Amino acid sequence: MKAAPFRYAKPSSVAEAIALKADHGDSAQFLAGGQSLLPVLNMRLDRPELLIDLNGLSELEGISQEGSTIRVGALTRTKAIGQSELLARQVPLLGACIEHIAHPAIRTLATFGGSVALADPAAEWPACCLALDATIVVQGRAGEREIAARDFFQGLYATARDGNELLVRIELPVQPPDARPVALELCRRRGDYAIVGVLAQARAARPDALDDPRVVFFGVADRPIRLPEIEAPLRGKVSLKGALDALDAFLEPQGDLYHSPATKKHLAKVLLTRALRQILH
Amino acid sequence: MTHQPNLTAFDGPNSYIGKSVPRPNALRLVEGRGQYVDDLQLPRMAHVAFVRSPHAHAEIRSIETAAAREMPGVLRVFTGLDLAAVCEPWVAVLAHLKGLKSAPQHPLAVARATWQGEAVVAIVADSRAAAEDALAHVVVDYAPLPVVVEMEAALDPATPVIHPDLGDNLAFTRLHESGEPDRAFADAYKVVEATFHTARHTGVCLEPRSILADYNRAERQLTVYLSTQAPHMMQTVFAKHLGLPEGAVRVICKDVGGSFGIKVHVYPDEVATAAISKVMGRPVKFIADRFESFVTDIHARDHRITGRMAVDAEGRITALDIDDLTAIGPYSVYPRTSAIEGNQVVNLCGGQYDLKNYRARTTVVFQNKTPTCQYRAVGHPIATAVTEGLVDLAAEALGMDPVEIRRRNLILDDAYPYTSASGMKFEGLSHHKSLDTLLAMIDYPALRAEQAQLREQGVYRGIGFATFIELTNPSPFMYGIGGARISAMDGCTIRMDPDGSLVAMTGVTEQGQGTEAIVAQIVAHGVGVPLECVRVITGDTQTTPYGGGTWACRGAGIGGEAALQSAMALKESILTVAGAMLQAKPEDLDIIGGEVIQRATGAARMKLSELGRIVYFRGDTLPADLPRELVATRHYTPKQYPFVFTNGIQTSYLEVDPQTGVARLLKHWVVEDCGRVINPLLVDEQIRGGVVQGLGGALYEHCRYDQDGQLFTTSMADYLVPMAADMPDIVVGHVETPTQESALGAKGAGEAGTAGAPAAVMNAINDALRPFNARVTAQPFTPERILQALGTVPVGHSG
Repeated sequence: MKAAPFRYAKPSSVAEAIALKADHGDSAQFLAGGQSLLPVLNMRLDRPELLIDLNGLSELEGISQEGSTIRVGALTRTKAIGQSELLARQVPLLGACIEHIAHPAIRTLATFGGSVALADPAAEWPACCLALDATIVVQGRAGEREIAARDFFQGLYATARDGNELLVRIELPVQPPDARPVALELCRRRGDYAIVGVLAQARAARPDALDDPRVVFFGVADRPIRLPEIEAPLRGKVSLKGALDALDAFLEPQGDLYHSPATKKHLAKVLLTRALRQILH
Repeated sequence: MTHQPNLTAFDGPNSYIGKSVPRPNALRLVEGRGQYVDDLQLPRMAHVAFVRSPHAHAEIRSIETAAAREMPGVLRVFTGLDLAAVCEPWVAVLAHLKGLKSAPQHPLAVARATWQGEAVVAIVADSRAAAEDALAHVVVDYAPLPVVVEMEAALDPATPVIHPDLGDNLAFTRLHESGEPDRAFADAYKVVEATFHTARHTGVCLEPRSILADYNRAERQLTVYLSTQAPHMMQTVFAKHLGLPEGAVRVICKDVGGSFGIKVHVYPDEVATAAISKVMGRPVKFIADRFESFVTDIHARDHRITGRMAVDAEGRITALDIDDLTAIGPYSVYPRTSAIEGNQVVNLCGGQYDLKNYRARTTVVFQNKTPTCQYRAVGHPIATAVTEGLVDLAAEALGMDPVEIRRRNLILDDAYPYTSASGMKFEGLSHHKSLDTLLAMIDYPALRAEQAQLREQGVYRGIGFATFIELTNPSPFMYGIGGARISAMDGCTIRMDPDGSLVAMTGVTEQGQGTEAIVAQIVAHGVGVPLECVRVITGDTQTTPYGGGTWACRGAGIGGEAALQSAMALKESILTVAGAMLQAKPEDLDIIGGEVIQRATGAARMKLSELGRIVYFRGDTLPADLPRELVATRHYTPKQYPFVFTNGIQTSYLEVDPQTGVARLLKHWVVEDCGRVINPLLVDEQIRGGVVQGLGGALYEHCRYDQDGQLFTTSMADYLVPMAADMPDIVVGHVETPTQESALGAKGAGEAGTAGAPAAVMNAINDALRPFNARVTAQPFTPERILQALGTVPVGHSG
């Protein structure tokens, strides 16, 4: 398990990183936190000729607010997201996910942008982007391009980012102060990728009614799944049965090594029920 | 001097026996000063990497290596035929396992690969990375052959035979019968029956298998630095198969990062590394990576067991009938063989109970998966799960409490010596005392009350018990009588140097579990010196006494007794010299704290450093005929009993979420009797570590294959080991019944935790599921399997 030989470049600016990538195309890869890429290299499942190390590019780091938008630099570490008071106040769903994401050592190095760019279907950050209607900002030689989260995730490790573009930041709308976020996951062991995960958020208008409900499942398909058919019965007066029926009809989970599609569908229902109970109480 | 009758020689103020002293090697390891094989760098050292078969079964039609040889840094490329010319193949059978058969096995596959991961080509390069770069340039023309995957179908006439020369896929079978089981079943008040599965899993060592072989042509000596449990056994193996005299092979085993039985076997890639070193005349290193570990480290516990138990109206177990089927991969593993695990199931089922009528059969078959062999607690967790699962079923059928049925059947504490229905001889066990100790620890009535109260709130908790026996301190009856050159004897040499410090060399080995600590304690106690005056040397076939090493829980019981006898002999020699110097009778003297004292008064007479100074530097001042040997060696082999058995009981307390199928471990208790406890801290950690490995098998660990014999679980993301965050507190209690066969009285403690944990968890889950009339018997008990048992999701697909 030694990576195939590769060359290594450490650009001093985003522009230089993008230029390097454009020059080398598919034979080059960006290196962010390395928590997914390095094992892949060591197992020789991928063998890029050039690694472009983004670490240290301060342009890509940091969390800031501009008007009603929170900008999270692609290189922001998962640990920093968990520690951000700004995010806790304005986009609390992110903080609700932290404890589910792997282990402290991994959270110290893993980056927000790296996770979104990789688009692992069982990961939390892509699911958050979808739930929060985030905008993913990528940059190529031609400049910046904004992609809505619902258009960004296109399949297993597949996104709308062009191969030569660098994911530079994620923009998240400031959430209303009465939004109630819930992140639930079922795992065999703490910190594992979820068998099934659900992110749910809504404004509790009255004791039995919700505004702006959002429900995203992950770990069930080739990408995070947000279905309007499941959210509709939760808008206004909540119909849990309506949501579960919609889940039954429209969510088609894929099985994994240890769980059948039927098991995953069952667990998705259990989690949705529990998430709504938390939001409503 | 007053004599307190309750005190033994081990209770003296000077004794280190029974004390939780820190291990001498712990600081060295945490400071990063350990010397694992991969830490060693030798001049001109080369690295080897292996092309491994991507097929579970394939003919090797041709191998093209020219392009690989041209790659930068590559020194040489070896095929199976190249190494077959310099290495005699092995066949892993033992005479006492009648009928066991296997096929000749080579270091690299010759003509045919028989499991995914079998080494086919070896590439030697000046770095591991360069060797791996060249792997992709070897072209092997494989013609896939039909695979044998399912053990249930291995003996069907329609199933292809893996080794045509053997005639069929049956490796071994054994039937044991005692009493009249058929009559007992016919007369039974109740008969319960169930089929159990224990999942194929493996021992995941922090340090992977590692070897650095260095053949020195000038000295005509092969030195092998090896992460192993049995240096002397491996010395014999390398000598025999590479055509060297045993004396020309030196095996050195420094620090080992866990072994668990994984590192007590002969691995083709390790023999290949040694053979390559002999051919090339230079040091060659191989460190298995995690993928290689999953596809080549031995697997274990791939069993399907159907069991029946008969009970009378009073809850007495009147008969037990066991039908065990296990698949071991394409070869029996050398030299201990892969029939031992099934054989242990036959030996151990029902062994904790007073049982007369017993029938057990094991059927061991070949298949195209990674070979299986002995892993921590060989056969014990299987036998315990089946026995204790059936006991709980019987209790349920009788409407009896699971503790009560056990109390009515466990062999009485005053019944020893006792011979079990399978013929195992027990010198002295403490089932009832252990059970009583455990019940006091767990506060059983309170636990049941809490369970009942929570059930009303929709919280489903379960309490599961598992009693067990464990085989330790094996005599030559384990391997020697079958013809294996695996020592049942171990020795210890202790030397006193001029400053009064001691060096102890022992044949048992340090695997990270604390052997060096307990040997130092025993030696310090036996001679009478401060612990810090003792240095222990293990793991070098040229400097330590010949021995078996560390396996089957023999380190403390056998190696420890050799150390004690050697220490007492050295003490006698020292006192002989001291008597001459002090003009006293040796029997009137003693040694305490590194000082010769007057036994009756405790008065200090002479420091050992002074005695050493005179013996070594001023021997002229001593009587000419005075013996002055400050070195002693003693050996120990168990002789009275084939094995020294231990016993224990475990309780698991857990909570099952019936909606998700997730079982959450809340607490785990163990009471075990390993005889004399030398270091309570180390024993407790052995028990806890063993329990955790058992919990891994019960809940997480599974080597999953597809229908083509491809292993899915080849990374730590897919093969789930138990993690600290998910483990319960494990409370450990002890009963001490020392073996009378040795002065030390120690039995083994390393496998008890693993032996009982899966059964305790299974019984606890089924206790939690009882209101739903649901039951699980197939390990690991995954959320999906629990949901299937509940009828929530359909059976099929995974599992």
